[in-house]
Amino acid sequence: MARSLKKGPFVDERIYNKVLKAKESGNRDAIKTWSRACTIVPEFVGHTFKVHNGRAFNEVFITEDMVGHKLGEFALTRTFRGHTNKKEGIKSGR
Amino acid sequence: MPRIVGVDIPDKKAIRYAFRYIHGIGPKYADEIIAKLGLDPTTKAMDLTESEVASISQLLDSEYLVEGALRRQVQQNIQRLRDIKAYRGDRHRRGLPVRGQRTKCNARTRKGRKKTVAGKKGVKG
Repeated sequence: MARSLKKGPFVDERIYNKVLKAKESGNRDAIKTWSRACTIVPEFVGHTFKVHNGRAFNEVFITEDMVGHKLGEFALTRTFRGHTNKKEGIKSGR
Repeated sequence: MPRIVGVDIPDKKAIRYAFRYIHGIGPKYADEIIAKLGLDPTTKAMDLTESEVASISQLLDSEYLVEGALRRQVQQNIQRLRDIKAYRGDRHRRGLPVRGQRTKCNARTRKGRKKTVAGKKGVKG
Protein backbone atom coordinates (compact mmCIF):
# COMPACT_ATOMS: atom_id res chain seq x y z
CA MET A 1 0.00 0.00 0.00
CA ALA A 2 1.22 3.46 -0.81
CA ARG A 3 2.35 5.80 1.91
CA SER A 4 0.03 8.61 2.93
CA LEU A 5 0.78 11.78 0.98
CA LYS A 6 0.14 13.82 4.08
CA LYS A 7 3.30 12.52 5.65
CA GLY A 8 5.53 13.08 2.66
CA PRO A 9 8.40 10.77 1.79
CA PHE A 10 10.44 9.20 4.55
CA VAL A 11 13.96 10.56 4.46
CA ASP A 12 16.39 9.73 7.22
CA GLU A 13 17.38 13.14 8.53
CA ARG A 14 20.82 12.09 9.62
CA ILE A 15 21.65 10.94 6.14
CA TYR A 16 20.06 13.98 4.58
CA ASN A 17 22.16 16.31 6.71
CA LYS A 18 25.28 14.29 6.02
CA VAL A 19 24.70 14.57 2.29
CA LEU A 20 24.24 18.31 2.51
CA LYS A 21 27.39 18.63 4.53
CA ALA A 22 29.33 16.45 2.13
CA LYS A 23 28.11 18.52 -0.77
CA GLU A 24 29.14 21.73 0.88
CA SER A 25 32.64 20.54 1.67
CA GLY A 26 33.00 18.72 -1.65
CA ASN A 27 33.56 15.47 0.19
CA ARG A 28 32.78 12.57 -2.10
CA ASP A 29 33.33 9.71 0.33
CA ALA A 30 30.59 7.10 0.46
CA ILE A 31 28.21 7.40 3.39
CA LYS A 32 27.72 4.24 5.37
CA THR A 33 24.14 3.65 6.35
CA TRP A 34 21.77 1.08 7.71
CA SER A 35 18.77 3.16 6.76
CA ARG A 36 17.46 1.08 3.90
CA ALA A 37 14.00 2.55 4.22
CA CYS A 38 15.20 6.05 3.42
CA THR A 39 13.74 7.47 0.22
CA ILE A 40 16.21 8.81 -2.32
CA VAL A 41 15.65 12.52 -2.84
CA PRO A 42 17.10 14.65 -5.67
CA GLU A 43 19.82 15.99 -3.38
CA PHE A 44 21.34 12.51 -3.20
CA VAL A 45 22.04 12.30 -6.94
CA GLY A 46 25.71 11.91 -7.74
CA HIS A 47 26.58 10.68 -4.28
CA THR A 48 27.67 7.22 -3.26
CA PHE A 49 26.21 5.30 -0.33
CA LYS A 50 27.24 2.15 1.38
CA VAL A 51 23.94 0.48 2.13
CA HIS A 52 23.85 -2.32 4.65
CA ASN A 53 22.28 -5.55 3.44
CA GLY A 54 22.37 -7.33 6.80
CA ARG A 55 25.89 -8.56 6.39
CA ALA A 56 27.98 -6.13 4.41
CA PHE A 57 27.74 -2.72 2.84
CA ASN A 58 26.88 -2.48 -0.84
CA GLU A 59 28.13 0.55 -2.69
CA VAL A 60 25.32 2.34 -4.43
CA PHE A 61 25.95 5.27 -6.72
CA ILE A 62 22.81 7.36 -6.97
CA THR A 63 21.66 8.37 -10.43
CA GLU A 64 18.77 10.57 -11.38
CA ASP A 65 16.55 7.61 -12.24
CA MET A 66 16.76 6.31 -8.69
CA VAL A 67 14.98 9.28 -7.15
CA GLY A 68 11.81 8.18 -5.41
CA HIS A 69 13.08 4.68 -4.72
CA LYS A 70 14.48 3.56 -1.39
CA LEU A 71 18.10 2.88 -0.61
CA GLY A 72 17.36 -0.72 0.31
CA GLU A 73 16.09 -1.51 -3.17
CA PHE A 74 19.65 -1.38 -4.43
CA ALA A 75 21.33 -3.52 -1.78
CA LEU A 76 19.97 -7.03 -2.08
CA THR A 77 19.64 -9.03 1.12
CA ARG A 78 19.53 -12.51 -0.31
CA THR A 79 22.06 -14.60 -2.13
CA PHE A 80 20.79 -17.11 -4.61
CA ARG A 81 23.46 -19.01 -6.40
CA GLY A 82 21.21 -21.27 -8.40
CA HIS A 83 20.10 -24.82 -7.82
CA THR A 84 22.43 -27.80 -7.66
CA ASN A 85 23.95 -28.87 -10.91
CA LYS A 86 22.51 -32.24 -11.95
CA LYS A 87 25.75 -33.70 -13.29
CA GLU A 88 28.13 -32.54 -10.65
CA GLY A 89 25.72 -32.73 -7.75
CA ILE A 90 27.30 -29.83 -5.91
CA LYS A 91 26.29 -26.28 -5.38
CA SER A 92 27.96 -24.10 -7.92
CA GLY A 93 29.78 -21.08 -6.67
CA ARG A 94 30.52 -19.79 -3.21
CA MET B 1 -16.08 -3.13 -39.36
CA PRO B 2 -14.57 0.16 -38.27
CA ARG B 3 -10.86 0.47 -37.69
CA ILE B 4 -9.80 2.66 -34.81
CA VAL B 5 -6.17 3.39 -34.03
CA GLY B 6 -4.29 0.91 -36.17
CA VAL B 7 -5.55 -2.62 -36.44
CA ASP B 8 -8.22 -2.69 -33.79
CA ILE B 9 -11.48 -3.84 -35.29
CA PRO B 10 -14.15 -4.02 -32.62
CA ASP B 11 -17.15 -5.93 -33.94
CA LYS B 12 -20.88 -5.81 -33.71
CA LYS B 13 -21.03 -5.11 -30.02
CA ALA B 14 -22.28 -1.92 -28.44
CA ILE B 15 -19.47 0.61 -28.55
CA ARG B 16 -19.43 0.77 -24.78
CA TYR B 17 -18.01 -2.75 -24.87
CA ALA B 18 -16.38 -2.67 -28.30
CA PHE B 19 -13.98 0.09 -27.27
CA ARG B 20 -12.52 -2.17 -24.63
CA TYR B 21 -10.88 -4.26 -27.34
CA ILE B 22 -8.39 -1.44 -27.72
CA HIS B 23 -5.32 -2.01 -25.54
CA GLY B 24 -5.43 0.67 -22.89
CA ILE B 25 -9.18 1.24 -22.94
CA GLY B 26 -11.12 -0.37 -20.12
CA PRO B 27 -14.60 0.14 -18.73
CA LYS B 28 -13.74 3.52 -17.29
CA TYR B 29 -12.17 5.05 -20.37
CA ALA B 30 -14.78 3.51 -22.68
CA ASP B 31 -17.53 5.33 -20.84
CA GLU B 32 -15.43 8.47 -20.62
CA ILE B 33 -14.86 8.59 -24.38
CA ILE B 34 -18.54 8.07 -25.08
CA ALA B 35 -19.46 10.85 -22.68
CA LYS B 36 -16.91 13.23 -24.17
CA LEU B 37 -18.15 12.71 -27.71
CA GLY B 38 -21.81 12.59 -26.73
CA LEU B 39 -22.37 9.20 -28.37
CA ASP B 40 -25.03 6.65 -27.53
CA PRO B 41 -23.30 3.83 -25.62
CA THR B 42 -25.61 1.23 -27.15
CA THR B 43 -24.86 1.91 -30.81
CA LYS B 44 -23.15 -1.02 -32.44
CA ALA B 45 -19.61 -0.48 -33.59
CA MET B 46 -20.58 -1.28 -37.17
CA ASP B 47 -23.15 1.52 -37.16
CA LEU B 48 -20.66 4.26 -36.40
CA THR B 49 -20.46 6.89 -39.09
CA GLU B 50 -17.21 7.86 -40.77
CA SER B 51 -17.08 11.17 -38.98
CA GLU B 52 -17.71 9.52 -35.63
CA VAL B 53 -14.87 7.11 -36.22
CA ALA B 54 -12.63 10.02 -37.17
CA SER B 55 -13.50 11.96 -34.05
CA ILE B 56 -12.87 8.90 -31.88
CA SER B 57 -9.46 8.38 -33.46
CA GLN B 58 -8.61 11.99 -32.96
CA LEU B 59 -9.62 11.92 -29.31
CA LEU B 60 -7.60 8.77 -28.69
CA ASP B 61 -4.55 10.23 -30.39
CA SER B 62 -4.63 13.43 -28.45
CA GLU B 63 -5.67 12.41 -24.97
CA TYR B 64 -5.09 8.71 -24.39
CA LEU B 65 -2.14 6.38 -24.34
CA VAL B 66 -3.20 3.28 -26.22
CA GLU B 67 -1.82 0.28 -28.10
CA GLY B 68 1.81 0.57 -29.19
CA ALA B 69 2.56 3.74 -27.31
CA LEU B 70 1.21 2.27 -24.09
CA ARG B 71 3.05 -1.00 -24.55
CA ARG B 72 6.23 0.91 -25.21
CA GLN B 73 5.82 2.93 -22.07
CA VAL B 74 5.28 -0.16 -19.93
CA GLN B 75 8.42 -1.70 -21.41
CA GLN B 76 10.35 1.47 -20.74
CA ASN B 77 9.26 1.49 -17.12
CA ILE B 78 10.48 -2.07 -16.71
CA GLN B 79 13.71 -1.27 -18.53
CA ARG B 80 14.27 1.63 -16.17
CA LEU B 81 13.98 -0.66 -13.15
CA ARG B 82 16.51 -3.00 -14.75
CA ASP B 83 18.93 -0.25 -15.59
CA ILE B 84 19.09 1.18 -12.10
CA LYS B 85 19.73 -2.28 -10.69
CA ALA B 86 16.70 -2.12 -8.42
CA TYR B 87 15.33 -5.22 -6.73
CA ARG B 88 12.22 -5.08 -8.87
CA GLY B 89 14.32 -4.90 -12.02
CA ASP B 90 16.18 -7.99 -10.90
CA ARG B 91 12.92 -9.87 -10.45
CA HIS B 92 11.85 -8.91 -13.95
CA ARG B 93 15.17 -10.12 -15.30
CA ARG B 94 14.81 -13.48 -13.59
CA GLY B 95 11.18 -13.92 -14.53
CA LEU B 96 10.05 -14.17 -10.92
CA PRO B 97 7.16 -12.37 -9.24
CA VAL B 98 7.99 -8.73 -8.63
CA ARG B 99 5.64 -7.77 -5.81
CA GLY B 100 6.82 -9.94 -2.98
CA GLN B 101 4.70 -13.02 -3.59
CA ARG B 102 5.89 -16.39 -2.38
CA THR B 103 7.82 -18.59 -4.74
CA LYS B 104 8.17 -21.76 -2.71
CA CYS B 105 5.09 -22.97 -4.51
CA ASN B 106 2.82 -21.43 -7.11
CA ALA B 107 4.01 -18.30 -8.92
CA ARG B 108 3.48 -20.30 -12.11
CA THR B 109 2.34 -17.32 -14.14
CA ARG B 110 5.77 -15.77 -13.88
CA LYS B 111 7.83 -18.92 -13.74
CA GLY B 112 6.10 -20.72 -16.58
CA ARG B 113 5.26 -24.40 -16.67
CA LYS B 114 6.58 -26.70 -14.01
CA LYS B 115 10.12 -27.91 -14.50
CA THR B 116 10.27 -31.26 -12.73
CA VAL B 117 13.48 -31.94 -10.86
CA ALA B 118 14.57 -35.55 -10.36
CA GLY B 119 14.95 -36.79 -6.80
CA LYS B 120 12.65 -34.27 -5.29
CA LYS B 121 9.86 -36.74 -4.46
CA GLY B 122 8.68 -37.54 -0.96
CA VAL B 123 9.64 -36.24 2.43
CA LYS B 124 12.68 -38.43 2.99
CA GLY B 125 14.26 -37.49 -0.32
